[in-house]
This record gives sequence, C-alpha cells and structure tokens, in this order.
Amino acid sequence: MRIDMHAPILGKNDALAAELRELFAAKGVYVLNLLASPGSGKTSTILATIDGLRDEFNIAVIEGDIASSVDAETIKRQGLPAVQINTGGSCHLESAMMKRAVEVLDLDRLDLIIVENVGNLVCTTDFDLGENAKAVILSVPEGDDKPLKYPGIFEISDAVLLNKVDTLPVFDFDTAAFEERVRALNPAAPLFPMAATKGSGVQEWTSWLGGQIRACQEQGA
Amino acid sequence: MHEMSIIAGVLDTVTPSARQAGAERVLGISLRIGDMTEVVDEALEFAFEVLTEGTLCEGAQLTVTKVHPRSVCFECGCEFDHDRFHRSCPACGSFQTQVVQGRELEIESIEVDLPDEAAEPGASADRRS
Repeated sequence: MRIDMHAPILGKNDALAAELRELFAAKGVYVLNLLASPGSGKTSTILATIDGLRDEFNIAVIEGDIASSVDAETIKRQGLPAVQINTGGSCHLESAMMKRAVEVLDLDRLDLIIVENVGNLVCTTDFDLGENAKAVILSVPEGDDKPLKYPGIFEISDAVLLNKVDTLPVFDFDTAAFEERVRALNPAAPLFPMAATKGSGVQEWTSWLGGQIRACQEQGA
Repeated sequence: MHEMSIIAGVLDTVTPSARQAGAERVLGISLRIGDMTEVVDEALEFAFEVLTEGTLCEGAQLTVTKVHPRSVCFECGCEFDHDRFHRSCPACGSFQTQVVQGRELEIESIEVDLPDEAAEPGASADRRS
C-alpha cells in the first residue's frame, strides 16, 4: 500500500527551531548563526564582534565543535557566558543541540547570542537553529572559487564576511570575481571585507549587525 | 555527511506513520530532493543502508527524485530554470528573484506491506494511484 506523506524530511528539526525562534523573540534575544570552514577565523571574528558590540549589548556565545572546549574557553576569558556543544562527530549543529545549550543561558539578561557552527561549508546549510540571521565567513586563503563549489551556503546567508583581507598581497585571490560570484547567488546579502585579528573592516560589520539587533528589539518592544 | 541526519529525519517521520498504518515492513520510500541542497546520492544510500539496519525499513527501496532549481523574478514576473550558481533573471537581468523550487527536502510517499495484503498478492500494485 502506498501512503502519501508530503512531509518535510527535517520537520522535527524545523519544528523545534520554530519553537526556539518564538522563545528568542519573546525574550528579545537576537541570534546569529555563524557559518564557515575550519580555520577561516570564526572565533577571531566573534572576538572582534564582541569588542565592537559589548558596550551596547549583552552577548553570549554558543560554540559548536566536534570535540574540545578551546573555543568556549577563549570566549570565557573575555568575561562572557559561553556554552560549548560537542557534536561528537556530527558535522553541523541541530536545533535539539541548540535547545540544550540555550537552557544553560539566562535569556532574560541577553541581547545577542552568537552561534559558532561546526566548521563546514555544506552540512550546516539546511539545519535551522531558530536564528534571526545566518552569516558566512570566507577567508582569503581559501580561494575566490568557493561560491562556485559551495553555492548553497552563500545562497542562504544574510551576510557574507570576507576575512583575512590583510593577506590579499600574498594570495592569488580575485576580490572582484568573488564579489560577482556571491552577488550572482545572493544579491541581497551585504559583503564585509575585513581582517578580524587586525581590526580593519570590523566596524562596518558590527554596525550592520548592531542595526539588525536594534531593529529586532524595536519590533518586539 | 549531513546525509546521515537527513536519513535520520526520514526515519523519524516514516517509522511512526508506517506503524500507525499497521505495516509490518516498509517496502519503499520516495523522496524529493532539490539540487541546491547539495545532497550526495551515494552518501544518502550509504546512510540509508546503515541506519535502517534492524528496523522495519531495512531492505526498503529508496527512490530519490531530484528537483532542478527554478526561480521567479520580482521585477518582470518571469519564471525560469537555472543552475546552482546563477539566480539573476534571464529576461530582464534583475537580481530580485526568489527560489521557488530546488531546495526541497521532502518525503513524498512510502510503500508499506500490510498483514492482510499477503493474502491477496498484487493488491499492493493495484492500489497504487
């Protein structure tokens, strides 16, 4: 016997993500899901973002990694709440893991949660975590062809960060070609060239993100 | 390897539905998957084989229909097929477009073996719409 289903495959993940999204909205917390490959500078970007926004917003960080807690330790040294999720081999975060991490945080005291997803340009794309926005970081040494190889992640991101621009002189990276490829996939997303560890370009990014958080808070108020 | 989680998601939905229908075995599962999800067929089949072992879906036929990307243009209303990399409107060149298909991750249908069907061979095929 044939049974018609027409059910979303990730329905369970999506339903829990929708619950989380409602909870975040009720608590006035903006959630950023940060996507990138390993070594692209996710943690440095988070540190630079914290630096730029901590005077105005209360921030917490959720760190997703297959193993270890080195990233959460780095954030905690900044005096901010950080939760480490060890996925134990899974290549991406899912909403059930996100829920467990969120339960540890005091949402009433937070304005912004930055989620550092597992370093991966493919698997993280389709798993909703209840976030307000996704941002993808690509670093210059990875090459300008990445939007051609991993179109999905550039297509679904709300902002694109080009990190390590200070290394442009030593890498064969065509910034114009990169921008054109990103634009072909996702014309609406703003692109932020930056060098997170040097501080250049970070302000443009943090002022955009700050604006998004404020807009979200005004909507909820 | 998000294919593992995708198959886990499939089984999470299929298993209770099959049980509810009183099925003893799931014979087939049909999925619709958009090209833009970057799902790899071989990895999907491997995950399916591993995760169904010892379950009522073991040995079921997995059928995957791939969906080609298609978008609509907000400027001129043109609907157009495209590859995974270009979403600008071929008619007017606008970038103000929205994907209407190509990101599907959907369970279309399942084929199950009901206890009473064993008595009347061929009933399963006859009842297919």
